[in-house]
Amino acid sequence: MKQKFNAFDVLLYTLMILILLAVIYPLWFIIIASVSEPSLTNTGQVLLLPKGFTVAGYAMALKEQSIWTGYLNSIVYTALYTCIGLVLILPAAYGLSQRDLKLKKPLMGIFMVTMFFGGGLIPTYLLIKGLGMLNTLWALVLPGSVSVYNMIVARTFFATTIPYEIQEAAKIDGCNDYTTFLRIVLPLSKAIVAVLALWYAVGMWNSYFNALVYISSESKYPLQLVLREILFRNEQLASSFDGDPKSYEELYRTSQLLRYVVMIVASVPMLMAYPFVQKFFVKGVMIGSVKG
Amino acid sequence: MKQKSGFRTDLRKNYQFYLMILPALLMVLLFCYGPMYGLQLAFKNYRVLDGIAGSPWVGLKHFQRFFNSHSFAQVIGNTLRISLFAILFGFPPPIIFALLFNELRHRHFQKVVQTVTYIPHFISMTVLVAMLFTFCNQTTGIVNILLGKFFGIAPIPLMQSDKWFVFMFIISGIWQDMGYGSILYIATLSTVDPGLHEAAIIDGANRGQRIWHINLPCLMPTIVIMLIMRTGSVITVGFEKVYLMQNTMNISVSEVLSTYVYKLGLVNSRYDFSTAVNLFTSVVNCVMLVLVNWFAGRVSENSLW
Repeated sequence: MKQKFNAFDVLLYTLMILILLAVIYPLWFIIIASVSEPSLTNTGQVLLLPKGFTVAGYAMALKEQSIWTGYLNSIVYTALYTCIGLVLILPAAYGLSQRDLKLKKPLMGIFMVTMFFGGGLIPTYLLIKGLGMLNTLWALVLPGSVSVYNMIVARTFFATTIPYEIQEAAKIDGCNDYTTFLRIVLPLSKAIVAVLALWYAVGMWNSYFNALVYISSESKYPLQLVLREILFRNEQLASSFDGDPKSYEELYRTSQLLRYVVMIVASVPMLMAYPFVQKFFVKGVMIGSVKG
Repeated sequence: MKQKSGFRTDLRKNYQFYLMILPALLMVLLFCYGPMYGLQLAFKNYRVLDGIAGSPWVGLKHFQRFFNSHSFAQVIGNTLRISLFAILFGFPPPIIFALLFNELRHRHFQKVVQTVTYIPHFISMTVLVAMLFTFCNQTTGIVNILLGKFFGIAPIPLMQSDKWFVFMFIISGIWQDMGYGSILYIATLSTVDPGLHEAAIIDGANRGQRIWHINLPCLMPTIVIMLIMRTGSVITVGFEKVYLMQNTMNISVSEVLSTYVYKLGLVNSRYDFSTAVNLFTSVVNCVMLVLVNWFAGRVSENSLW
């Protein structure tokens, strides 16, 4: 059914391109500003291409120890959180996807209540404190590791796309429930595992709230908290300053550049990761929208 | 074949499945149900030395104080304002975007559009808000410079003003989630029966009419469910973005329940009062959810449980 390109299409494609530009331009601006002279950026002379090319911001970022500590911390937290989360929810989801489990309903109930009701900030904080996990990575990776939403997505996937006959056949061939899960079901579920892993990873990499609450030593800060310090300290910088205006100007200049650089550096890992999983998004989001 | 001791045979037959569920169950019991024990703080006068159990009961004192405080109206009002405007203006764009996207005819272009519009979803709140502050700076921000250059508008303190806070919050939210939020709608549109369109073409319907009379009605069930679910969390405004956007100039409109609970509890160490406010929020949330779900069941036979 090929149709001619008519006025409607012209309008449509123009609108889409405008939307694309609106999404891209702020990001492009960050990139060109990170290598442009701040005095030119700040007066609106940097619009489409870098001006007054400089890599001072990147040089400064390389020297800023806290960024790399934060980076390393975030990588460790994200990897650990993703692994723990998947190891917990995938088998549980498989168990809960079984049709003839007598306790399935009450168990699902126990899990689902936590999506809507919890102890809240302070009681959770006191619990973490009581467990001696304050200011440790466990406070970040353990409490939220069972994402019930993700578990339901996995459960629905197992229940609807893994044929029951395959599980039966595996059993006849001598698999027990564990080996069926590990050798038969998981390899057939790569798509959903990829989506869930990405959701877990993005959730940890991009969040700062839990770290703000539980982590007190700067050496354990994840990247987002370090960023918060760097990106939002300009005002403090200005207010606490008293001295040579020239050194202030230089400080202002590099800190301005550094801001653009850290925005890029922090976003790159997740932006590199999602295109690989993108084709599976639809599956994950569709399943998530169906009731548990 | 019904058996008498059904539960025991179930356990014998399925114990491996139960063992698979057990670790997740224990984690949830510890980290989600465990804190519920501490909810009693909402009705107690917390003293560190006495601990949660030993602190004296004070009944509804904290709740009364909260309801009578002038923060109450302000914080609830702010939360609802942000939330309602976010639904009003943030909910339709992904739908409109999906309807338009569905009309694109070049597969490669579609792919590009999707990949690009998903990008903002994967950017952290820290970076997003830093971008806002940078672009909208009153003197050095590109937004104000361009507004001045092309429209002669005097610099606006977009990020430092109670008038612009909600606008900035919502417009950045649309930028961030319009693309990703459209996934579900685009997927639903791909299931629309092509026969409907063929019949409509024969009847002389143009593209606009077909979008309006075929695609939109096909999306309707999804839209209704999404809207209802969104309404269920109307009293929740996430912490991270608001907290970063807050400053002394906009605090009168930007203090929401989540930031208020955080400041009360962990900045001012008023554990009991903070827990009470938090509990109030959770209860309202649950009530809303039950109401909304009941409503959803009535209008569309689709409900969460």
